[in-house]
Amino acid sequence: MAIYAAPGSADSVVTFQPRYDHYIGGVYVAPVKGQYFENPTPQTGQTFTEVARGTAEDVEKALDAAHAAAPAWGRTSTTERANILNKMADRIEANLEKVAVAESWENGKAVRETLVADIPLAIDHLRYFAGAIRAQEGHLSQIDEDTVAYHFQEPLGVVGQIIPWNFPILMAIWKLAPALAAGNAVVLKPAEQTPASIHVLIDVIGDLLPPGVLNIVNGFGVEAGKPLASSPRIRKIAFTGETTTGRLISQYASENLIPVTLELGGKSPNIFFDDVAAYQDAFYDKALEGFAMFALNQGEVCTCPSRALVQGGIFDEFVAQGVKRAEQVKMGNPLDTDTMMGAQASNDQLEKILSYIDIGRQEGAKVLTGGERADLGGDLSGGYYVQPTVFEGDNSMRIFQEEIFGPVLSVTRFSDYADAMKIANDTLYGLGAGVWSRDANTAYRAGREIQAGRVWVNNYHAYPAHAAFGGYKQSGIGRENHKMMLDHYQQTKNILQSYSDDALGFF
Amino acid sequence: MTDISTSTDVTEQVPDVPDSGTGRVALSPQASELLVRLTDIHGPLMFHQSGGCCDGSAPMCYPDGDFKIGGQDVHLGDLTVAGLEKPIGFYMSASQFAYWKHTHLTVDVVKGRGSGFSVEAPEGVRFIIRSRLFTDEEMRALGDV
Repeated sequence: MAIYAAPGSADSVVTFQPRYDHYIGGVYVAPVKGQYFENPTPQTGQTFTEVARGTAEDVEKALDAAHAAAPAWGRTSTTERANILNKMADRIEANLEKVAVAESWENGKAVRETLVADIPLAIDHLRYFAGAIRAQEGHLSQIDEDTVAYHFQEPLGVVGQIIPWNFPILMAIWKLAPALAAGNAVVLKPAEQTPASIHVLIDVIGDLLPPGVLNIVNGFGVEAGKPLASSPRIRKIAFTGETTTGRLISQYASENLIPVTLELGGKSPNIFFDDVAAYQDAFYDKALEGFAMFALNQGEVCTCPSRALVQGGIFDEFVAQGVKRAEQVKMGNPLDTDTMMGAQASNDQLEKILSYIDIGRQEGAKVLTGGERADLGGDLSGGYYVQPTVFEGDNSMRIFQEEIFGPVLSVTRFSDYADAMKIANDTLYGLGAGVWSRDANTAYRAGREIQAGRVWVNNYHAYPAHAAFGGYKQSGIGRENHKMMLDHYQQTKNILQSYSDDALGFF
Repeated sequence: MTDISTSTDVTEQVPDVPDSGTGRVALSPQASELLVRLTDIHGPLMFHQSGGCCDGSAPMCYPDGDFKIGGQDVHLGDLTVAGLEKPIGFYMSASQFAYWKHTHLTVDVVKGRGSGFSVEAPEGVRFIIRSRLFTDEEMRALGDV
C-alpha cells in the first residue's frame, strides 16, 4: 500500500501550475477576455489551480491553428502517425504515477483506479489505434474490364470534441486516438469540472505532436462548448454527456450538416439468474463482486450497473451477501491505494445524488445500506463523499429509470427469463448490461435480447480496446473503443477510374 | 439576495414554494432570483429537463428558442418569475415524462460547477430538481399535459 502526497505538497509526484491557459498551436495562449475560473479538487473542496475561461474568440484561435495544421497532418503516412501515438503511449507509461495522481486529484476518484484502470487503458488505447491505422486498408472494385472504383479513407479535417468529467483523461484519449490516427486536427474542450489534468498530460506528450494538431480550449459549455459545437469550421463533433445537450449539439450539427457521435449514458441492468448460486464457489464470489461494481468510479460511469435484477429463488440470500460486499467498499483518502471509492466529482453532483436518494425514499424504496453523505473527517470533510447505497424497489420508480451517476444501486426481483428481459428493456437507454448465469444458452439468449450496445456476460466493467462500445436507444450514436470508430473520423474518397481509350459514343 | 444552500440534509430537500398551486413544476425563491439575473445577461430563457449521463437528470436552462422544442417534447408548464415579463417554459422529452409524471418538480439551485450548455454554470451554481410525489387527488386534478 502507499499513500501519495497531495499535489501542492513538497513530495507530491505531480505539480500543477497555479494557472492554465489554452493550449493552441502547441503553445499556451492566454484567453482573449483575460478571465479564469477556479478549479477545486473534489477530495477536499479546495481550489488548487485556475483555468482559462474560454470564449468564442479563443475557439476561433484554436480553429485557426487546427486548420493550419490539418492539411499537412492529414498527409503524413500512417506509419508516422502510428509512431507518434506509440510514443505518446510510452511517455504516459513512463509517467504513470504522475498522471494517475493528477487524475485522482482532479476528479476525486481513488488513485487505485487511475493507476490500474484509467491511465493504463488510455495507454493501451493509443497503441491500439496506432496498430489499427497501420493495418487499415482501402478497397477497390473492378466495375468492368477497364473501370476500377478505388475507395480511400481520408481524414475529415478539423473536428471538435467535448469531453466528460468522469474519466477526464481516458475519455479524451478515447476520442483523440481515433481522430489523430485518422489524420484529423482536433479542437478539444474538457469538462469545466475537470479542466486541469489534461494539461498534466500535455506536459508529458505535447511535444510529440506537430503544433496545432491538438488544441485545448477550456471553459464553460455555454461560453466555449457552444461556439465549438455550432462552428461551421468543424467537420464533425463528438460529445459524451447527457441527452438534452446531445440533442442541442445535434441541432447545431444539423445547421452545419456535419456528423455527430454521441455517448449519452444509460441505466444498465445487471441480471443475476438463480443458477449463479448453484455452488458457493469462485464464480459465485465473482458474481457478488459484479453486484458491487456499481461503486466503481463512485458510480460515475455511463454504464454503471445501477439496476440489479435478481431472480426470486436466490433473491434474499444473494442480495444480503451483495449488500455485505458493498458495505466492505473502503472509503477514505483517494490518494491512499487501499481506498476503493473516492469523492464525487463536484458539489452539484453530490447534491443531485442526495436528491435522488430522497426521491427513492419518498417513492417507498427500502434503503438496504448507505443512503447518506459520508463525512470522512479532517481535510476530507470538505470533499464530496457519498456512502455506497443500495435500494430495494420497483422498476417503475425514478431511481430505477434515471441515471443518478453516483454509488446508488436499485435492486429488484424477477420471476423468470421473460420477466428479466421485460424489466431489463423497460428503460429509455441501452448502453450497457450484465448477465450472470452458469447456463451458456440462457446467457447467450439474454445477451442477444437485451437492447443495449454492450452486454457483459459473467463479468462487468471491462473496457478493453477492440471491443466496440456504444449505445442503443437513447444512449447515443457511434461505437468507440474499436477500429470501427475510425469510420467516424474519416470520409470515403471514391476514385472511379477508366482505363479504356474508347469514347462512349454518346455525343 | 437569498443565500444559496450548501446544506445537504436530505430531510430538507424540497423547499417550501409559496403559491406553487397544482402545477407540475415550480421554482424555489433562490432559483427565481437567479433567473432574473440570468435573464439580464442572456435575455428570455427556457428549461429542458435532461436525462442520462454526467450532468443528466438535471434541468438545462437556455436562451429561449436556442433549444428547438419538437414533437417529442411535452410542455410541463410556464414558470412565472417576479420581475420578468415573460414566464419561462419548462419542457421534457415525452419518453422521459412517462417515468416522471407522478412527481412534482421544483427547480432549485445549488453551488457547484454545472456542465452542458446551461447558462448558469459560469455563475458557480447549478440548477437542480427537487421532487415530491403527487397525491392521488393531485394526479386526478392534473390530467394529461
